Amino acid sequence: MKVFVPGDSGSLALGAEKVARAVSERGIDPVRNGSRGLYWLEPLLEIETDEGRIAFGPVSEKDVESILELKSAHPLYLGRTEEIRYLKNQERLTFSRIGITDPLSLEDYVSHGGFSGLDKALKMSGQEIVQEVLESGLRGRGGAAFPTGIKWKTVKDAVSERKYVVCNADEGDSGTYSDRMVMEGDPFMLIEGMTIAALAVGASNGYIYVRSEYPHAYSTLVKAIGILDKSGYLGKSVLDSGKPFHLEARRAAGSYVCGEETAMLESIEGKRGIVRAKPPLPAISGLFGMPTAINNVISFSSVPFILSNGAQAYKDYGMGRSRGTLPIQLAGNIKRGGLIEKAFGITLNELIFEYGGGTASNRPVKAAQVGGPLGAYIPPSLFDTPLDYEAFVKIGGTLGHGGIVVFDDTADMMKQARYAMEFCAIESCGKCTPCRIGSTRGMEVIDRMKQGEKMEGLLRDLCETMLSGSLCAMGGMTPYPVLSALDHFPEDFV
Amino acid sequence: MTHEETVTMIVEEMRSLPGAMLPILHAIQDRLGYVPKEAVPIVAKGLNVSRAEVHGVLTYYHHFRQDPPALHMLHICRAESCQAVGGDALAEHAKNALGCDFHGISGDGSFSLEPVYCLGLCASSPAIMLDGEVHARMDSEKLDSLLEEGK
Repeated sequence: MKVFVPGDSGSLALGAEKVARAVSERGIDPVRNGSRGLYWLEPLLEIETDEGRIAFGPVSEKDVESILELKSAHPLYLGRTEEIRYLKNQERLTFSRIGITDPLSLEDYVSHGGFSGLDKALKMSGQEIVQEVLESGLRGRGGAAFPTGIKWKTVKDAVSERKYVVCNADEGDSGTYSDRMVMEGDPFMLIEGMTIAALAVGASNGYIYVRSEYPHAYSTLVKAIGILDKSGYLGKSVLDSGKPFHLEARRAAGSYVCGEETAMLESIEGKRGIVRAKPPLPAISGLFGMPTAINNVISFSSVPFILSNGAQAYKDYGMGRSRGTLPIQLAGNIKRGGLIEKAFGITLNELIFEYGGGTASNRPVKAAQVGGPLGAYIPPSLFDTPLDYEAFVKIGGTLGHGGIVVFDDTADMMKQARYAMEFCAIESCGKCTPCRIGSTRGMEVIDRMKQGEKMEGLLRDLCETMLSGSLCAMGGMTPYPVLSALDHFPEDFV
Repeated sequence: MTHEETVTMIVEEMRSLPGAMLPILHAIQDRLGYVPKEAVPIVAKGLNVSRAEVHGVLTYYHHFRQDPPALHMLHICRAESCQAVGGDALAEHAKNALGCDFHGISGDGSFSLEPVYCLGLCASSPAIMLDGEVHARMDSEKLDSLLEEGK
């Protein structure tokens, strides 16, 4: 009997290790797959049957014996995994293997379509690869939504003895965990995407900058790189193509601003994570002064599908200028939190109520913060906004990295606005004044408003200065949560 | 092995890495639990940078500690997703139970208490990390029993 118990940290945090041990004690060695992303059902135990995999959850170690015995007659039986509605209606292009395969089994990866993108890329010129990515319409999934193909073209056209590919895996936004799921659940896909990028731009070396808060993801990546080094996918000559690609995972050290690409480069170089002024763009002068292609985990991970199935297959999903799919993460006060990969265009209403089932507290939803700590607080009256980069800009928000944090009606939006300023004050790198000083002044102003002083005008002024005067998104976007709280929830500021 | 010897060995082993500073500081903290004062001049000499530069990096990053931690390390997530489901109350409970504030050590000396801004477990908030092990859907009772096990 083949049994699956996830080994990703999201499942471990809910007791998957004890469940796996209980399975082992009964003489079955469970496969430690990634999570399917149905976190309200984790730990999710699956059994392979002739009809496909069947699921049980949420399982505790006490349930294991009776599940293995009763199977579909067990009260925790959920039916065939693929038929669970939350999963069935998704469009999993990037997350197609996650939860299904053993993350560190090369055999599993290849038998589920892995490396078919790389195989194609090896037969193409750098220019052809760049063109394919450009035509797919893929935009940076880290939050800035810059067209990936254009970035790669700049690096490819730069003349240099050495070039780098760097993966920004400093997923620091609260409410996001899709990067973690990829690194823990399908690390070879990320590495395949980075290798294709290296071939496209002509880079010989790469780094994955992983946050220190993700020890499981880091150790999985180190193992995955080791496996691919040994089997000839990485190293001096990628699959005997004569083209080198040396890859290394590097641990970050708990600084949020190092998710900003130039601060990240400083950090990899061994310095304090202080933001660099742009230009020069990292694509021209990046890591150690060399041309560097920097992308987020999900951006790189979208590339193998695009190469394998063609740009058009990816571009067919989505709306407007937002092409393809977005792995959306439901978080906070939500009944069914988890990962939903869907084409752009789905609305917050569908996500929060149909998928998420509303709040876990069963109270009315007050707001959803979309796009991390620098994202806007959006009221339910705007929940019919489709997930689309441009549509979110129009309502004063950002899609960011696709995280949605739901709050019920007990949330105090003045407190949340103050927290946004406080977080900026803690994490500011200190290089530019609007961010360094503005965030602290912002906290003070909100504290005085709490005492009853009328200072909304001053707070808006301050936000305006931070918005237009900061060097990077840290200070430049901290006003988003603050202003959206002021605009949509004025009653909390009285 | 003295701390100086350990640090010297680590620096010798890793100094040739490009951008070796963070990997070296990580290795020191992994081994000793913190980065002691006496490590700074050794790292500076090994990397041919000033002590001020090493000090700058060491103090810039929240992850690095300059003082020995307690036997157990408790990280409590303070970010929005956890705030939305009682994270603040959980943090208050932990402070009271341990008798210390964030960045402090519990009254009995057994726990270091640190804030963390997101563990990526936001579908099952609130979340904590105890000695590198993650726990989600936390509440004060579950936290108490984890702390009890740790004592």
